[in-house]
Amino acid sequence: MTIMLSTPLGNAGGAVGAGLAAVGAGIGIGQIGKGAVEAIARQPEVANDIRANMILTAALVEGAALFAIIVGFLAMVL
Amino acid sequence: MVFDRFKSLLVAGFSAFLILFSGGVSAQKDSLKKEIKPGFDAKEIIFGHVLNNHDFHIIDFVGENGVKHPVSIPLPVILYSKQRGLAAFMSSRFHHGEANYDNYMMLTSEKIEELKLDPKKFSAQDIVAVNDNGAIDPSIRIYDISITRNVIQMFIGLALFTWVMLVIAKKYKFGQGVSSAPKGSQSLLEPVITFVRDEVAKPNLGASSDKYLPFLLTIFFFILINNIIGLIPGSANVTGNIAFTAVLGIISFVVILFSSDKHYWVHIFNPPDVPLGVKFILVPVEFISVFIKPFALIIRLFANMVAGHIIIICLISLIFIFGNMNKFAGWGTAPFSVAFTIFIYFIEVLVAFIQAFIFAMLTAVFIGQAIEGKQHQHDEKHEDSMLA
Repeated sequence: MTIMLSTPLGNAGGAVGAGLAAVGAGIGIGQIGKGAVEAIARQPEVANDIRANMILTAALVEGAALFAIIVGFLAMVL
Repeated sequence: MVFDRFKSLLVAGFSAFLILFSGGVSAQKDSLKKEIKPGFDAKEIIFGHVLNNHDFHIIDFVGENGVKHPVSIPLPVILYSKQRGLAAFMSSRFHHGEANYDNYMMLTSEKIEELKLDPKKFSAQDIVAVNDNGAIDPSIRIYDISITRNVIQMFIGLALFTWVMLVIAKKYKFGQGVSSAPKGSQSLLEPVITFVRDEVAKPNLGASSDKYLPFLLTIFFFILINNIIGLIPGSANVTGNIAFTAVLGIISFVVILFSSDKHYWVHIFNPPDVPLGVKFILVPVEFISVFIKPFALIIRLFANMVAGHIIIICLISLIFIFGNMNKFAGWGTAPFSVAFTIFIYFIEVLVAFIQAFIFAMLTAVFIGQAIEGKQHQHDEKHEDSMLA
């Protein structure tokens, strides 16, 4: 695999895709954070359980966003 | 009983297939240099760090005529081909790609351009067989099993991790921490191990958590130590290498397969109480998800780590890119760039821990899904008796 900078459209597509993935990750993790913080506000004594679940779910959502970033990178390279 | 033996045979056969027929996977990309700004090539720096090399490159020292002299620690190169057999020598023989040795040539990005090779097939640091004239011999296929930069760093991480664990374990053997409160380094390690046991293993695996705990702990600490060492400037990028994460993912996959029982596969291929029309959609999706779940583990760890490294290098390269245009712009960018980089470094340390935790946690979840069949049967029986 080589970086072929001779396809500007491929590069643009890859960059736009990665940017959209960042938007998706931002929205998703924002929702997770909102739910977690509200839940802790309602019941502070289970804060630790909620925090563990929040981090787990955030990593899953971020995994999906990183799939998209890898695909964007492949669009640039292949 | 028969099914158990058949299943073991299937798993053994599948694992052998995976090992024997797996090709070398490496995220090797070549930095095809364009004459953008002579003096600083950010792409070369980034890919020089992110990819695997046959030596530990320390610094480039520019001599009198402006000739670049790279300074690096050479590593052993071990090659095997059917026609030529085993060859082992130090990578310094290649003189950074300038000389051939023993009819082997190491490609650099300049050579690939010069010899007009297909950039999709060859990348920098690849070793090809040449005949006596220096022309590439395409019929010889070389298996490159060298001790590269990533391998050395993995060994260092492994040695460090094993040494720490053994030292702390010996303290437990002498009774401290067993009959008395843990002291010193034991209180560093014990909360982490109890965390993995109580938050990762027990909720997902229940009664059989003791059986899988060594595996989960090893995966967690191995990924963690390699993540942390990879954050040291100048180190190799071990966990951001798709081959490394692919092997970890395949090992997890084999463990999940090994612990699956009949109920798991019945649920995939013939889920109970599902209408026939839905089954046509559900069964292929369920079957593919058996393979997608470890694949997601692989990609998640790889992408997180490599993205973090690239961000850090890009932020520092910004200083030099601006510096190339205008010296004062370079100096001006430096404080902001360094501040941002420190901030990203904190996030990267956090991500190192989180990714190790997520890998171990998801493996535990998938193993739990595979072994939960017997508990399911139990619950169904209880449900009926309650209704009656």
